[in-house]
Amino acid sequence: MTAFPQPLAGIAAPLHVERLADNVDTDAVIPSREMRSTGRTGLAEGLFAPWRYSDADARTPNPDFVLNRPEYCNAQILVAGSNFGCGSSREHAVWALAEYGFRAVIAESFAPIFRGNCIRNFILPVTLPREVLEEIAGEVVEIDLEAQEVRCRGEAHGFDIDPEAKRMLAEGLDAIDLTLTQRDAIEGWTEVDREKRPWVYLENTE
Amino acid sequence: MGRTLFGKIWDAHFVAETAGGAALVAIDRVFLHERTGAAALARMAEMGREVRDPARVFAVMDHIVDTRPGRGDGTLMPGGEGFITETRAACAEAGITLFDVNDPAQGIVHVISPEQGIVLPGLTLVAPDSHTCTQGAFGALAWGIGSSEAEHAMVTGTLRLEKPKTMRVTFEGALPAGVTAKDMILTLIAAHGAGGGAGHVVEFAGEAVRALDMEARMTLANMATEFSAMTGLIAPDETTFAYLAGRPYAPDSFEDPYWRTLRTDEDATFDREIVIDASQIVPMVSWGTSPEHTIPVTGTVPQGPARAHDYIGLEAGAALAGTPVDAAFIGSCTNARLSDLRRAAAILKGRRIAPGIRKALVVPGSLSVKRAAEAEGLDKVFEAAGFEWRMSGCSLCFYAGGEGFPQGSRVISSTNRNFEGRQGPGIRTHIASPETVAASAIAGVIADPREYMRVEEPA
Repeated sequence: MTAFPQPLAGIAAPLHVERLADNVDTDAVIPSREMRSTGRTGLAEGLFAPWRYSDADARTPNPDFVLNRPEYCNAQILVAGSNFGCGSSREHAVWALAEYGFRAVIAESFAPIFRGNCIRNFILPVTLPREVLEEIAGEVVEIDLEAQEVRCRGEAHGFDIDPEAKRMLAEGLDAIDLTLTQRDAIEGWTEVDREKRPWVYLENTE
Repeated sequence: MGRTLFGKIWDAHFVAETAGGAALVAIDRVFLHERTGAAALARMAEMGREVRDPARVFAVMDHIVDTRPGRGDGTLMPGGEGFITETRAACAEAGITLFDVNDPAQGIVHVISPEQGIVLPGLTLVAPDSHTCTQGAFGALAWGIGSSEAEHAMVTGTLRLEKPKTMRVTFEGALPAGVTAKDMILTLIAAHGAGGGAGHVVEFAGEAVRALDMEARMTLANMATEFSAMTGLIAPDETTFAYLAGRPYAPDSFEDPYWRTLRTDEDATFDREIVIDASQIVPMVSWGTSPEHTIPVTGTVPQGPARAHDYIGLEAGAALAGTPVDAAFIGSCTNARLSDLRRAAAILKGRRIAPGIRKALVVPGSLSVKRAAEAEGLDKVFEAAGFEWRMSGCSLCFYAGGEGFPQGSRVISSTNRNFEGRQGPGIRTHIASPETVAASAIAGVIADPREYMRVEEPA
């Protein structure tokens, strides 16, 4: 697991260039047809396939798409509008972003499942107001997770992140390992619950 | 101070606080499917981890299975068969109950989980599928997660969660004739935006919600994710208990007074309230590329984002009704249950789809729905009208790279998403109720279903 780099500096690639896109769905981030195996790898090529390629089958780049422009091709920070990552729960969207090299997405708001998937994969979801997004899109920015700030041209923009997510990102923690340290609490709770709600606990007939 | 239904379920599942100040919440049921669930099983095996309680984990083949009659493991999607065979092997290895390709109970996860009584009021249920919120119709806290969280839930029996905010959406009054639960949820999203429910658990309440049968309640809750809510929730009542009692994984009866406690107390408060007059709702159809781009079928296209107009090929000011369509689709976890098929068939009976319709599909939500529909002769009605009658699965609710609609098609669809490319590259999707799909297929253009409904002859 890779902890979030502190700080992360680089160019903030705006999706799209003319106007920051709202409601970017995970079908657009990675279409179902680009998910070719049950694994988590080999997805970067399918990232934003509907927009990135003028012919997705032939992998012909669309020169107008932001990530095909030389200044953005190595971007680690993506900027978009509101409700980023809506739609399908496919974690492949986050795996594709991570494999491509993105470490942070800055948007006005995120769809809840996508946001959760980001944190589990050490991509930082940063929420900032629209006017700030417009200001930083296409600029070199520095994201400081510890200070909860995005800095750009000498200005610092604070952002909120819940302490749990912050800790997991900053320390590169595996959520399952972390939870298993509370195994006793889980066992204790289950024992009591079995008495209260017996219908929950099914017998395996396999 | 009273508690909300959500608050009661949350409190009943709270195990402990985490070091980061989040909650460790017990998960009662996990449901997987071959498309994204397989990744969780693969990873779990790779990490040498085990399912804590396999009896409470279920899986189904629904997302990429072929829906053509006579199907096997082969799919039209390149590499699709691998998802099916790997999922089957992983489920056997982990001891998980699997509803396999041609199991009589197979179907779309959110259709079969209620059919089997796997979802119950007051439970927590998760699945790596965004439409898991559908099952909130039973008063369960049911929501979509990613594959990593599915793995977490299976291994630990819990999830780490920040407590969401609460919102109540009250539909007051009664729905007019020809207006459905699909129109209710589209009305909400059109008015408050696709991001309108972000950060909230939404409880649907009010006279119009209480009047809905379980299948319509599932349609309403299904699109809570299209509102960006964590999930939708409807308090269980006698309709709910009557639906579930005696199903394979459900208790035989819901006599125990516990079940009647699963409701929001009268003096409970929500972080946000929205009230909608149900009597003013009309049939709704999406015009653009987000579910929020939705208007009454009688309306004209408003000015939206330029990208949406470019993609969908409709300019601001154009009338939506009368727009020619090339294909029709009735299916999905939103609208492929028996009552949906009955209502569409009532419109199609004795009629034919327009000559311009190049592909028309009906894909029942489960093989049980398919059998029940065939027992009523609905398959014959659809086929006589020109629709193909299929095996159950998610099918062309999305495009997985195999079967598709004819290139460039404009599709009238009973599904939940009208995103760019959702039903195939360049395919333009208009989401609507099954009635509206049926009426539009007959007309060959987007049509108001109320004009195609038969008035009962006076006796």
